[in-house]
Amino acid sequence: MNLNKVLKGLLVAVPVLTLAACSSNNETDAGDANANANQAVVADQGLSDAEQLRQQLEALRQQNTIYFDFDKSDIRSEFASVLDAHAAFLRARTTISVTIEGHTDARGTPEYNIALGERRGQSVQKYLENLGVAAGQMSVVSYGEEKPVDAGNTEESFAKNRRAVLVY
Amino acid sequence: MNFRWITKSVIVAAALIASCAQASLEIIITEGVDSARPVAIVPFAFVGATKPNQDIGQIVSADLMRSGKFNPINAMRMPQQPQNSSQFNAAAWDRTGVEAVVMGTIKEVGMDRYTISYELVDVVKAKGGVGQPMMNAAGRIVGGSNHILHASEITITGKQFRQYAHRMSDVIYEKLTGERGAFSTKIAYVLVRDRQEYRYQLVVADYDGENEQVLLRAKEPLMSPSWSPDGTKLAYVTFERKQSQIYIQDVYTARRSILTSFKGINGSPVWSPDGRKMAMTLSKDGNSEIYVMDIASKALTKVAPHRAIDVEPTWAPDGKSILFSSERGGRPQLYSVELGSNQVSRVTFEGEMNLAGKYTPNGQAIVMVNRTNGQYNIARMDRTTKFMQVLTRTYLDESPSIAPNGSMIIYSTLHGSNTQVLALVSMDGRFKARLPATNGRVKSPAWSPFL
Repeated sequence: MNLNKVLKGLLVAVPVLTLAACSSNNETDAGDANANANQAVVADQGLSDAEQLRQQLEALRQQNTIYFDFDKSDIRSEFASVLDAHAAFLRARTTISVTIEGHTDARGTPEYNIALGERRGQSVQKYLENLGVAAGQMSVVSYGEEKPVDAGNTEESFAKNRRAVLVY
Repeated sequence: MNFRWITKSVIVAAALIASCAQASLEIIITEGVDSARPVAIVPFAFVGATKPNQDIGQIVSADLMRSGKFNPINAMRMPQQPQNSSQFNAAAWDRTGVEAVVMGTIKEVGMDRYTISYELVDVVKAKGGVGQPMMNAAGRIVGGSNHILHASEITITGKQFRQYAHRMSDVIYEKLTGERGAFSTKIAYVLVRDRQEYRYQLVVADYDGENEQVLLRAKEPLMSPSWSPDGTKLAYVTFERKQSQIYIQDVYTARRSILTSFKGINGSPVWSPDGRKMAMTLSKDGNSEIYVMDIASKALTKVAPHRAIDVEPTWAPDGKSILFSSERGGRPQLYSVELGSNQVSRVTFEGEMNLAGKYTPNGQAIVMVNRTNGQYNIARMDRTTKFMQVLTRTYLDESPSIAPNGSMIIYSTLHGSNTQVLALVSMDGRFKARLPATNGRVKSPAWSPFL
């Protein structure tokens, strides 16, 4: 069996499957995942490769953020399906590379948080590597606490800032 | 308690100062010291036509008050306003409880030329005693000048008034405490203005927030400014290229050069006391480690490697060991590594974690960010007794930096809902002040060496 051909055939199908799988893991995200899946299905209907890529990237950008527990850098199981989708895409599109940005909340010192943010980026990188993504397609940059998405100081704001973002 | 009026007068003083320049920081004293020594800075007499807009007496007063050690009395409480020591009435001043009086004159001597003369008088010595000057019946001093702790005269331009006033404060502070004054120093910090395109600015200002000078504007984060020991350069981290890099920039010419641009973290550069080496955090081999770089040759030495996170190196005053934060024992704590032997020893044990350690200039204590019960505060640990004292009660404190005379710590903290501001705390924790920015968030303060 020619794996490459199969993968090319799955170019669009894989993200659809994995995003759909997300709905079985997490009831609350089901609506979103289905919406993305539908978009991707539309992309399959005789569009040019460039247009397919554009639509795939758009779908992946909808779910490009992994959140972490306080002071932790391990991947929570609820984000497995999101990372599966990114991995499938990157395996299929080997010329595309992704930057994994690591971020923290404001607690702790800026310099320590740079290291913690890097740990988060690296654990996403490792996760994707284990799913077969080539190391050369990924780079990690940690911004620590320097680029919060929410400048507030509640636990809710902190939770939004403890994240890794996959940037294409 | 008498610090309420101190606070009031400082706000007034700060407001006056702020209106003179476009400073974005002002100092608000939040906690005064009851035992601050009463002194008097008599308003300087002016002789001439064009009065410079900087008030020397006001600047000296504000400096001394912000040291936390002195309490300059209000001009209305002064029994007299002498212009020199021959007009000084020791008996009248003795009744006020004031310990020392500064008096002087400003004479316009030419086009933008002013001669400033001043004297610092010790009230107790002036009052007399064995071997001390005598007072005549009118309270005036006859004979002897032991009571004049310092007298000085200089001719300067109007533009130099602020700088000279800080020099005066340095002298007065040293004469009265025996410790060198740090009023002629600068601070570097990062200013973040969220609505601007170039939202990150690297700024250098006088220690009191005046004479702000923007060294660099960037669209991406700037971090960790660190002064060269001669006070002419800053090393810092920039993300301008969407990755961290360490640069060295000349404070006076603004010229800069890249020092490191490795894969991964290029972080927390800190100059060695002799200015030849730079300690830093790099993760080029996949893990955040402490390195020492010879600046001239760029040769790197890995220090105390461990698979746990190691960050925030800082030099011991003798340059022979490096203090750093490490997770090798679980939570981040401070460790020290001897540079010759690479011998590592754990330094802190108290609290859930300790980060960002800094030696005091005399090497006797370590200042750090301590987390206890989830609260991040500035703490000081005596190196001999290991006694740890939490100095602040502010929220999410970080980035402590110590004045070169060891009297004060500047750090970054959260004030109000979510404004990052700079704050000051004295080494004994009794004096506290806040330096809110008029526009933007302020972080990563770095106090310069003596300049």
